[in-house]
Amino acid sequence: MELLCPAGNLASLKVALNAGADAIYLGLKDDTNARSFAGLNFTPERLKEARALTRAAGKKLFLTLNTFPKPGEEQRWYAAIDLAADIGADALIVADISLLDYAHSRYPALPLHLSVQASATNLAALSLYKDAFNVERVVLPRVLSMKQVRDLAKASPVDLEVFAFGSLCIMAEGRCHLSSYVTGQSPNTGGSCSPAQHVRWQEQGSDRLTRLNEVLIDKSGANEQMGYPVVCKGRFIADDSDSPEYLLESPTSLNTLSLLPELARAGIVSLKIEGRQRSPAYVEQVTRVWRAAIDTYLRNPDGYQVQTEWDRVLGKLSEGQITTLGAYERRWQ
Amino acid sequence: MKTSLGPLLYCWDKGKVTDFYQHVAQSDIELVYLGEAVCSRRRELKNSDYLELARMLKGSGKQVVLSTLALIEAAGELSELKKQVNNGEFMIEANDMAAVGYAREAGVPFVCGPHINLYNAASIQKLADWGMQRFVMPIELSKSWLAKVLEQLGGNPNRPEVEVFGHGHLPLAHSARCFTARHKGLAKDGCQTICRDYSKGLLVQTQESQPLLRLNGIQTQSAACVNLAGEWAHMEAMGVDWFRISPASGTLPTLERTQEMGTDECNGYWFAEAGFNRTQPEP
Repeated sequence: MELLCPAGNLASLKVALNAGADAIYLGLKDDTNARSFAGLNFTPERLKEARALTRAAGKKLFLTLNTFPKPGEEQRWYAAIDLAADIGADALIVADISLLDYAHSRYPALPLHLSVQASATNLAALSLYKDAFNVERVVLPRVLSMKQVRDLAKASPVDLEVFAFGSLCIMAEGRCHLSSYVTGQSPNTGGSCSPAQHVRWQEQGSDRLTRLNEVLIDKSGANEQMGYPVVCKGRFIADDSDSPEYLLESPTSLNTLSLLPELARAGIVSLKIEGRQRSPAYVEQVTRVWRAAIDTYLRNPDGYQVQTEWDRVLGKLSEGQITTLGAYERRWQ
Repeated sequence: MKTSLGPLLYCWDKGKVTDFYQHVAQSDIELVYLGEAVCSRRRELKNSDYLELARMLKGSGKQVVLSTLALIEAAGELSELKKQVNNGEFMIEANDMAAVGYAREAGVPFVCGPHINLYNAASIQKLADWGMQRFVMPIELSKSWLAKVLEQLGGNPNRPEVEVFGHGHLPLAHSARCFTARHKGLAKDGCQTICRDYSKGLLVQTQESQPLLRLNGIQTQSAACVNLAGEWAHMEAMGVDWFRISPASGTLPTLERTQEMGTDECNGYWFAEAGFNRTQPEP
């Protein structure tokens, strides 16, 4: 079972390798990936360094190319595929059909992973991507229950990767327009959800107001823990009620430490840690905990128990310091 | 450009649905999409009921397409989908790649709804090769984006038809979670199809009383109603084939092509802005 860790820069990549990552995923410094933030990601030169470092460590490197090409500007995405093939990336993580087609027809030896942004949640979709583009692995959206993951894994013609830890998207990924509805910026096209230039915090008496493109996402006491303002984690008022509530989801992170044995038994090949936008310190701590958890499980599958210390470390790194199993747990749905 | 009617995205009881489509049958709408696109737990109408309505509409001279689910997670949903794709009588609207896969496998033509991510000409061409006859532009794209795509597709005699989501509440996202049931304190598995109580979804406002969203079961919609009727002439000139109206009430909206937009309407996406913006284009 592979531990797949994020890197927004070389510093994160190095600590992740050090802390026990089996594979690293990263993106280029432009809008070809969905974490297109200032100061983040890799130039082609840095990517080559990253390739050398992962190779020296005997680990894998995946290039994330999970946005949808703009008409007339496709060349930027095609060039990224050429680059991935050129440096010998171990896989490309892709969502768009035209990019799958391009990569599959030109570089049949370059393994393709279907990005979570492609929103493939069922056997028929998996089979289509396998048949048409020989996709080797699919990253499952965070909308399936553990039972559904298990059923899918039994029949799947491709390897499956799941999100194990990090920020929790609660919508079928790649098909969520909440960010673009409010800010005009879409993960699919612009490469980021609720980008920072639209976020504004404002003190008002004893309250702190969180705004996204001036829309009030949440209002809280100055001492209350607050999450990053995304629409799905705001406090709003339903028409049949008077009080503000987290009507979609509260600020929380996904943490599946307790599901590790079930995921392993289901045959999931890779556990993904979300967070290319996070600091090296964050990446290091999360990687260390997950390395320990996977090793503990592999040494003695039947005796596996989540250690309090792991939960404590991950809890501190979680949004609102709260974690959830998300859709894996049917009750959450 | 002609007018189409998208699938009903809300859960209405069977009588109301039947009355609505009787009304549609008398209208001048030429193309009607029919079927449950949001949640498989809604069982007010069965597939056979939809087929019956489809035949009635066809008898009134309409083109009919059967819409399918946007989010497919369970094996049971897949086998239903396969039946729909292979109904042998009507074309289907794919809203998940599963439906595309089944249609490709069966060699039957299909339409891609707004939930299939077709952002560029090469992807559209690929799907056309697989049998796609028409696609609905993803809702967050703009006039200028579409113009470039159409320009790229331009010379192709087999170019699929283009449809734009022109009027109605925008389906912004889908989740495993049922927001309506959760709001009412019900588990999804025991939801009692509570979304039936909200014939136009449940309006959600910010703490400053700004209307923002509508909760429609597992679907989140825009509180505002998109209205691109003022852009009709532009769309037609660009080569858009169909202007989609998404049902919002028991009657069909009258599209005023010159009138200023209402305060509860939006058109931002079309002008490459935040979706909820209301822009008055220059004449």
